[in-house]
Formats: sequence, C-alpha cells, structure tokens
Amino acid sequence: MPTFNLKINNQTHTVEADMDTPLLWVLRDQLDLPGTKYSCGIGQCGACNIHVDGNVMRSCLLQVSQAEGMNITTIEGLSKHGDHPVQEAWKAIDVPQCGYCQAGQIMTAAAFLEKNPNPTEVEIRNAMNGNICRCASYNSIEEAVKVAAEKMS
Amino acid sequence: MSTSKQIAFSRRSFLKTSALASGGMLIGFNLFNACKQDVKMPIDLSQLNYNDFNAFIKISEEGKVTIFAPNPEIGQGVKTSMPMLIAEELDVLWDDVYVVQAPLDTENYTRQLAGGSQSLRQGWEPLRQTGATAKQMLVNAAAARWGIEASECTAKQGVITNPNGETLGYGDVVLEAAQLEVPEEVTLKDPKDFTIIGQKTANVDIDKIVTGKPLFGLDYKEEGMVYACVLRPPAFGQVLDTYDETAAKAIPGVIDVITIGEKTRAHLEGDNRSWTAQISPSDKIVVIAKTTWDAIKGKKAIKAVWKQDSEAETTEFHDEQLMQILDGKKFRTRRKDGDVKKAFAQADKVLERTYESPFLPHNTMEPMNFFANVTPEKVHLVGPVQTPEDAAKTVSDMLGRDLKDIHVEMTRMGGGFGRRLYGDFVYEAAEISNKIKKPVKMVSTREDDMATGVYRPAIKYRIAASIKDGKITGYHLKEAAINGNMYGLIPNFFPAGAIANYQVDTANYKSNITTGAWRAPYTNFLASAEQSFFDELAEELGVDRVQLHMDLLENVKNNPEPKIEYSPERLQGVLKLAVEKSNWGKTSGEIYQGLAVYYCHNTHVAEVADVVMTNGVPVVKKVTCAVDCGIVVNPLGAMNQVKGGIIDGIGHTMYGELTFNNGEPQSNNFNTYQLIRMGQTPKVDVHFVKNDIAPTGLGEPTLPPVGGAVANAIYKATGQRLTKQPYMNNLQAEKVIG
Repeated sequence: MPTFNLKINNQTHTVEADMDTPLLWVLRDQLDLPGTKYSCGIGQCGACNIHVDGNVMRSCLLQVSQAEGMNITTIEGLSKHGDHPVQEAWKAIDVPQCGYCQAGQIMTAAAFLEKNPNPTEVEIRNAMNGNICRCASYNSIEEAVKVAAEKMS
Repeated sequence: MSTSKQIAFSRRSFLKTSALASGGMLIGFNLFNACKQDVKMPIDLSQLNYNDFNAFIKISEEGKVTIFAPNPEIGQGVKTSMPMLIAEELDVLWDDVYVVQAPLDTENYTRQLAGGSQSLRQGWEPLRQTGATAKQMLVNAAAARWGIEASECTAKQGVITNPNGETLGYGDVVLEAAQLEVPEEVTLKDPKDFTIIGQKTANVDIDKIVTGKPLFGLDYKEEGMVYACVLRPPAFGQVLDTYDETAAKAIPGVIDVITIGEKTRAHLEGDNRSWTAQISPSDKIVVIAKTTWDAIKGKKAIKAVWKQDSEAETTEFHDEQLMQILDGKKFRTRRKDGDVKKAFAQADKVLERTYESPFLPHNTMEPMNFFANVTPEKVHLVGPVQTPEDAAKTVSDMLGRDLKDIHVEMTRMGGGFGRRLYGDFVYEAAEISNKIKKPVKMVSTREDDMATGVYRPAIKYRIAASIKDGKITGYHLKEAAINGNMYGLIPNFFPAGAIANYQVDTANYKSNITTGAWRAPYTNFLASAEQSFFDELAEELGVDRVQLHMDLLENVKNNPEPKIEYSPERLQGVLKLAVEKSNWGKTSGEIYQGLAVYYCHNTHVAEVADVVMTNGVPVVKKVTCAVDCGIVVNPLGAMNQVKGGIIDGIGHTMYGELTFNNGEPQSNNFNTYQLIRMGQTPKVDVHFVKNDIAPTGLGEPTLPPVGGAVANAIYKATGQRLTKQPYMNNLQAEKVIG
C-alpha cells in the first residue's frame, strides 16, 4: 500500500492508505482526529469540512493522494486553546444542539471570515448554505457568524 | 397537567449518602424508584453503580459539585437543564458545578433516565428535592458543629451562615453531613428566589464540541477494534438469495465477509420480541475491515442477489390503500362525543378535506453506528442509543446471554429525532461481534441509513365539520396511517371539548416497511392538517381566524366535562401573545401571514408565519412563536429547541419526502433528499409566557403547528390551499406566478 506524507495542523504524518481513500477517513481512523465528521460522504452536507491551504474543503471528496504537500487544518488545529473568534462566538451564542455538524460549520465560517471579515447577511447565508444542520440551529449559526465577524474585522 | 405533585416522596428511600475515601460527600439518588433496601453506597468513585442509583452527586471538600449521570444527550439540552435543577436547590454557584457523563468503564448501567421532551417535566420535582435534601444535610452538619438549631442557619451559594455571622463552606462540613440521617421533609424554593433556573446557561459540553473532541458514537474506539459495513436488502420485502464476495475479499483492507441475520430473525419470531426491533428479517452480508473506508469499499464490491419475500410496495400503492381506508367504514373509534352523524345530517353545510403526508426518514447527521465486543465473560456495547435498557434485553434474548452480562454505555448522540429509540444497529453490531469474536464498530453509510431506516409513516387525514346557523356543530377526524400511528391521548387534544359532536377514528394498512416514532410523534402532521382545516373553516364561516379559536376555547371553558388534556386558558394565552408580537393583521401588503395554535407534548404553542413572494415562489421570512412551557429552566437551551423545532418543521413540511418504488426507497443521500439549509430559513422570534407553572418539554411541541401556519400563509399569498406535503412539490406553478 502506498504511503503519503501529510501536513496536518502543522505536524507531518506519514500514513499508509489506498490512493482513493478520502482524507476524512485517514483523519478519523488513522490519525485519531475525529473532530472532522462523516455524515453524507458525497460533499453535500459539510460536516467533514477542513481547511486546505486556507480554503474550506470537503474532506470526504479529497483523496489522500491529492492532499500531499498541502497545509491541512482540522477543527483540532483551528486554535491552540479553542479560542478562535469563531469558536468563541459559538460558545457565546451556545449554538450547538446535538453538536455533530458544528465542527464543519465552524471550519466553514472561519475560512469565510478570513477572506471576508465584514460580510453582509446575504453573504453569510450564501457562505453557510453548504452546511446542513439537522437540528436546524441555523438562526444561532447565523448570529454566531455575525458575532465572530465583529471580533475579526 | 404535572403529575409530580402526586408523587409521595420519602427522601430516605430515594437517596443515600456516604463519605468518600478520597474526601468529600457522595449522594446517590433515584428519580422515580426507591433505592433498594440492601444497596451499599460506594466510598470510591470508581465503584459508582448505576444499577442501584440513577445518578450521583459528589460534593468535595473544596465545595465543588460534580454530578455523575449516565443519561444521554440527543441535542435537547437535558444534560445541562437537569443538573441546573439540582444546583438550584443545593444552592451553589453554577460555576462550581461539573457534569460528568457516567464514565465509560461503568459496567453495570442498565437503567436510563427518561429521554425526550418528558425528561424535564418528570425530573422537575425529584431533582429539586434531591438538591434541597443535600443542602439540608449540609446545614444540619454545620448547625451541629456550632451547637445550634439548623433553622437558625442560612445557606446560599455554597456558604452556610449562623446568626453571629460566622460562616462555613459546604466543603467544610461534607464529611459530617455524609454521616447524618437523610431528612424526610425539605422545603423547596419559591420560584421568585431562583438564581440558576431561568438563567441563560451554556451547554455543558460546549467546549468539547467546538474543539472537535471525541464525544459521539462514531468517535468511539477500542484497541483491536475492526470496522463493519452491513449490506442489507435494497428494498423492503426482499431477502438475501445468493452473493459473491470474491471482489470484496480482494480489497487489501478487507479482513472477512460474513453473513448475519439468524439471531435477529429468531428474536423477531420469538416470544420476547421488542417493540424496538424494527429490522429486516433477511440475512445480511457484513464486510469486516481494518478501516471504515475499507469496509465501505468492500460493501460496494459485493455482488448480491435478492429475492422477493413479501409485497413490493410503491408510493402509489400506499396512496390507494390509505384512500380506500378513508373511503371505507373499518375504523377504531378513539373518542365519540355527542352524535356526529346527526350533526352532519342536520347541517347547513359540511366542509370536508383530505390531508396527505409522505414517509420521512430521520436523517440524523451522525448515521447509525454501534460498538460491540462479545466475549465469553461479557457483552460490551457502546454507542448512541436512546433505549439502552431495551437494547440490553434484546441482545440478551438474541445471544442467549444472561442480562447481567450485557453492558450498554451511551455516547453523545449526533441527533435522534426518534430514530435511536430503535436498536436495530445495536443488534447487528452484537451479532457481528458474536460471530467474529472481536471488538467491532458497525457503521452505516448515509445511503444505508436513509434507505434502511425506521420511518415516520405516510398518513392521511380526512377531516369534516358541520356548520349550522353559522356555528360549528360537528367535527369528525379520520386517520389512515401506514402501520399505526395515533395513540390514546390525541383525541383529547384540541378541538376535543370545544365542539359538542366530536369523533376521532383511526385505521391502518400493515406494511413491511419499518416505521416508528419521528420527532413529535402522533402530531407532527396532524397539527398541520387540523390547523389548515380551521383556517378554511374560519373563511367558510366568515369569521376572523383568531376569533374562531378564542370562541372555541371559550366553549371548552364552559364545557362542564370537556375530558381534555390541554388548558384552554393557556392556549388562549399563547394565541393572544402571538397575535400581539407578530403584528397580526397589520402587516404591509407584501407580507402574508398564517396562524396556528396547538397543544402537544404538554406544551402550548401559537405560531404566525410571514410569507413573501420572491420570483413567484413563496418564501417563509419570519415565524413569531409564543410558547407556554411553564417555567423556562434554561432560556438559552429553550430558545435553541423552539427555533430548531420550527425550522425543522418548515424544512420537512416544505421539502421532506421519501417515496418507494417496488419496496425501494427512492432517496438515499442529501443529493436526492432535501433538508432545509440556511438560505431557506426564516428568522424565528420567540416569546415565552411568564408563569410559575412546573416546566414542560420543548424538544417537540413547536414543530407540529408550523406546517399549518406556513400552509395558511401560502394560501393568502397564492390562493392555493395546500393539503399535501411536501408543499413545495404540490404548489401549482401557474397559480404561483399568477
């Protein structure tokens, strides 16, 4: 089986996996980084969102062989002490219900606000539209993105 | 409505204490059953036994409070709100309270706290009693040390004060308190003195959730664990015939390919069949692999041949069956007041409408999964299940193992909505581990999860009302459902008691499609149907919609024997509040409003939906919601539940539908099944009725009425009365644009 060198959360890992293995499962099963969640496996829900060179990406659609040489950040590496402005906003608003989709929501919001720190409401809604929350905590997510934007701008 | 007042408490029998060897006081308590006579309180935290107690409270010598409870968190926030009740009466600072999910090495857990909307309602009195009892013991210990009467002392925020102004912290007296008699009588606080209940309190797991810590079933791992994916029949009514595993076995990470099913089948056919066993009787092919991805790939590589075992049903077939039921006469009458037949015969006019709803999958974000390790010594089961006690019993029956050898541990659940009441995934995991003699994690893919679910069944209602001299004289509701749905209490909901001649009839078509509870069971579609019907009825009568409801609720108040479960006063209260806060009837021309007012799951709710037309399509922009759930224990959690219920309700009302062709579900992932997304969500404006009534749950009651509110608003916007869900599939485009 081929091996791959992955740079994740500023650490280099060498993993053995089939070429076509989605990065999602390498993170979860092999690297003990279970914060990135599996939900649909086809890029529809955003629960597995990570940052790849600063861009938000579905880790279920990214094959391990494509991820070599890229700077990958997962929810575990978003901040050292869980205090990224988006995480702080999520806590302040108490966004999660079941909580399962929230890592993906946070990763989407963090990458979006990095590029657009002063978003309009429509821009927030468009940016977050790719992430499903089955508990429908959408009002709180929207509010938390606004709170985080205030801190980041 | 609260039954808590009727429970006779003897603190002595519900609660026991001990001094911990490591320091501090330990309180073990039960919520609904007395402690067994002979149980011994542990003096070591590693010995907490959840067979004997529901939960434990530790008060350390530093005065810190830790609550150990094995109850699950599905997302309704009970893991936060229930400890708040204890902390309130114990009178400590919330910052000094820690909530610990029963540790995963706990091996004796077979009893669960109630789940769902009932948790808070049922725990309201016993949890506060427990906190108050512990506080009294601490005060008694301090009084004894000072040589004064306990009644001379006051206790607040973890500090006991005597008349001279001297103080002792709770931690200072825990060792003495642990040795004292448990007091029989304690006084609970007046709600106006609450300092924790009613405060906005963040979810106790919030830090772990936002940093991605392993909390959920899918995150659980053990040394030597393998992964399993299960290939189940692709269609209901089919069973396994033959299969070829050659290609699957050629995949490097695949360890083995086996079949399971005989033990499940024996359980299904046996005398101890569990109500949670909603599972196919077929043999299933299981791919065992080193990683989840290997198991998924292996499953795809299996070539299986399935044969027809029972009916291959289609959605059109279901529609025909349910319509035939509604047109026929074979019903079970659930309630009968007066004489509906006579009222209809004497009526000036009878309004009759049929409302239709599809099957719905639960689609929890975390797909079904479970860990099992079956060894000669014990059966260890870990994962997200709402019915651990039942899972243990069923696995015990399936594997022929002593119940005391079965240990079920619960993880946080990535959504439930009713799906995790059914333990099919637990049984599969147990059967696999039993066969391969290894610890295994059974993982359903999204496709497995959606296409082999336990669905909210398709339901049709036919509602008819008779009008005589401008009044509603009769109301007749018939329900036709797949596999059964309505339970005994529903006929005692509104409008029961409001209309003299009233009848509710139900009937079922028995299908081989597995069905069960789905968020707000029994009412999740009924409320939509009835609230749409009343809107049309008001129009027919030429009366204001709000006035019609107020008048009907007056009828209930004047009815000497209404035999109802709801409170007409509280329904009127939420209706008035929603009307006021929504600017009902006073909005500008572009905003079309629809109303619904409903009682279910012990809570009274009124909702107003504001719809605007955007590019010829109705869009729900805002929902104003008035809720009477009694005392709001945690406003943050409560707000989340109310808003989530409403948006979830809109999503399923507008878009949710699972159809069948030859027994096969026609959607299996989010590309073919639409869940609501942020761009489609309204802003939800929530108003709680302020009162001192014991709290009721919020996980469910705001969902059912919203479909009605939305349908009524869409009618105003488009002139179309929507009677069939999902509404977006049933809007007539030309009318929309016109």
